Amino acid sequence: METLNYRFEGGQRPLSGMPQLVGVVGSGNLEILIEPAHLKGACEIEVRTAAVGFGATWQAVMADFHARWSLADARVSVNDMGATPAVVSLRLDQAVESIADLPGGAP
Amino acid sequence: MSSYQELTARQRIPAMFDAGSFEEFLPPSMRIVSPHLAQLDAAVSFDDGVVVGRGKIGGQVVFGAAQEGGFMGGAVGEVHGAKLVGMLQRAIDERAHAVVLLLESGGVRLHEANAGLIAVSEVMRAMLDVRAAGIPVIAVVGGANGCFGGMGIAARCANTVIMSEEGRLAMSGPEVIETANGVEEFDSRDRALVWRTTGGKHRYLLGDCQVLVEDDTEALRAAALDAIADIPPGGAPLTLDGLLAEQAMLERRLHDTQGLTEPMDIWKGLGMPDPARVPMLEPDAFLTLAAQHRATPTLGER
Repeated sequence: METLNYRFEGGQRPLSGMPQLVGVVGSGNLEILIEPAHLKGACEIEVRTAAVGFGATWQAVMADFHARWSLADARVSVNDMGATPAVVSLRLDQAVESIADLPGGAP
Repeated sequence: MSSYQELTARQRIPAMFDAGSFEEFLPPSMRIVSPHLAQLDAAVSFDDGVVVGRGKIGGQVVFGAAQEGGFMGGAVGEVHGAKLVGMLQRAIDERAHAVVLLLESGGVRLHEANAGLIAVSEVMRAMLDVRAAGIPVIAVVGGANGCFGGMGIAARCANTVIMSEEGRLAMSGPEVIETANGVEEFDSRDRALVWRTTGGKHRYLLGDCQVLVEDDTEALRAAALDAIADIPPGGAPLTLDGLLAEQAMLERRLHDTQGLTEPMDIWKGLGMPDPARVPMLEPDAFLTLAAQHRATPTLGER
């Protein structure tokens, strides 16, 4: 297992609502827990993945995610069992869409 | 019509419980994960593969759980089992109207060894405690991973087992049997054979499940409501008479199936006409036929 941490500043859309879990920790899949958190406007992401050595790919996928949603005061926790970048991106979008109506709507 | 089998555990809960009524105990945001998997450097899940809580079905307070077959085959680890046991004990404390368990599990999570074994035995004991308190326990088996091993036994500790045709219920799973006894004993890749020996229709004919419905969330929900309503006052506890009736049914089965290795021959022995057609029958046609021939746990000579 490998643990990766990301923190994105400057998000414009503070997250609110009840914590939500989407996805399943199964082969080629992942679960994402998304919840509001007081993080001085940041969006923090922790990834625990069974596929070791893909840090650069995760970095790119998460940077895209932040560019897409611009979340603030959000904590995103990921348990991954080898999901592809496309699946990760879809699950991240599903997680945000499940939690609340964000100001400004979907990107 | 919407498939129950294709839903995740978290999607099954709102499909079975009244809208907005379910309150989850130990939700994933509390991050109660398996300490054993972390020690083994294996992936964990924030809910350890099971949703437990309290909601309403048909307006009555019903406690329930849903196992996630996608996470380690729904296998029961220490935390997973403790969540089930805690929910069942709370159902007694709060005088629940009923308990509905949406089971999908390969049994004990082998990574957790004895802790998993003990967890499953505690689940069985807690289910019987719930029944002893006069609260009906309903097990629903309709997930793609089936219900096997210790959870197969646990399912049969319920008052009523509801299955879909696609659901599977057994002790040892097909791959386990093949690994232990060889492909001559059981070919786990023969999907038709797997369903003939563990699927809903076989279990219904043998008397191991009491209700069979098509793979449809609304049908399973309606079956759960009916199953709860059908249990007469005072009918929930396990009784000596009930056990003796089960034992008599099993003895008849052992006698009637001596030397038989093919489920179709067993169905024929039960009197089912044209057993080769049974797997292809639509649920309604099957139930009409099966009603006259299926085994049931009744006392006395057949």
